Amino acid sequence: MHLAYPAVLSALLFCTGLYGVLARRNAILVLMSVELMLNAVNLNLVAFDVWLSKAARDTLHSGQALTLFTIAIAAAEIGIGLAIVLAVYRGRGTSDIDKLRDTAESPDDGPDGSAPDASAVAVTDEKAEATA
Amino acid sequence: MNTLAAAATQTHGFLSPTGVEIAFLLVGLATFGAAIVTVTTRQLVHAALWLVVTLGGLAVEYLLLTAEFIAWVQVLIYVGSVVVLLLFGLMLTRAPIGRSPDADSGNRWAALTVAVAAAAALVWVVVDAFRTTWVDLDGAAQGTTAVTGSILFQHWVLPFEALSVLLLAALVGAIVLSRKSDRTANTAKTATTARTREGNR
Repeated sequence: MHLAYPAVLSALLFCTGLYGVLARRNAILVLMSVELMLNAVNLNLVAFDVWLSKAARDTLHSGQALTLFTIAIAAAEIGIGLAIVLAVYRGRGTSDIDKLRDTAESPDDGPDGSAPDASAVAVTDEKAEATA
Repeated sequence: MNTLAAAATQTHGFLSPTGVEIAFLLVGLATFGAAIVTVTTRQLVHAALWLVVTLGGLAVEYLLLTAEFIAWVQVLIYVGSVVVLLLFGLMLTRAPIGRSPDADSGNRWAALTVAVAAAAALVWVVVDAFRTTWVDLDGAAQGTTAVTGSILFQHWVLPFEALSVLLLAALVGAIVLSRKSDRTANTAKTATTARTREGNR
């Protein structure tokens, strides 16, 4: 098989996931698009591993090992991500990313923004989401 | 070198694809189409179901690339658990069943431009670089369970164990995040008791 087929398919899938991450508004749909991007990377890893194990006599099979690691990390990521989305939903009643703008800077905000106590929890939630 | 590359293209031209390539192309088209529908549909639950088609198609592609073990892991973990988790998430955030008009954000056209530009650049580079590279799929399969198991437990033991620690940390983190914090639980309880008292009065 030409290596170009899996490589092109994985590039296209990656860009589809990129579009989804940028264009979707629901947090869970964004997580789905992230899964698409991770899967594109996995396809690339597997294809190059199959090529190199024959062409370069690579006995380490690093591509397949890394694919398994990526799959496990993606499962962990989706668990944590959904927990964060549910925490935000419980605190805010929405999973709409465009509405979670507490840490965004706007010109009419004072330097010590008059954030009431109730939204402080939500702000921490959002920070957790940003670091995740 | 050039003659070698020319010989490679001579023997494996793009215009005379092998059976595996045709199968890969067809499954790839289905996978890509399902991915497009996943990121564009306005029905949230349908997006998750189309994601199943995409991930299943990728599992078939792994099988065509003779990576059996990864194909079955893909089916088990992605189709079996990740999509179920996503559906749970959709249900728990009370996603509407029908069409939701605000599924896409306002910067859709900017996102489309970025994605198409990235796709064009990536496809161009990849095709230019690997036009003549030939993956030899004949002979022993590269990803049987025996091969994967032996390499995983001979060369990759330490990362494997570190990964299990990471999974444990993720599990604990998910539980901590999704537990109701004591403060909110207490305020909720006092609010309920106050409301009951009001009702009794």
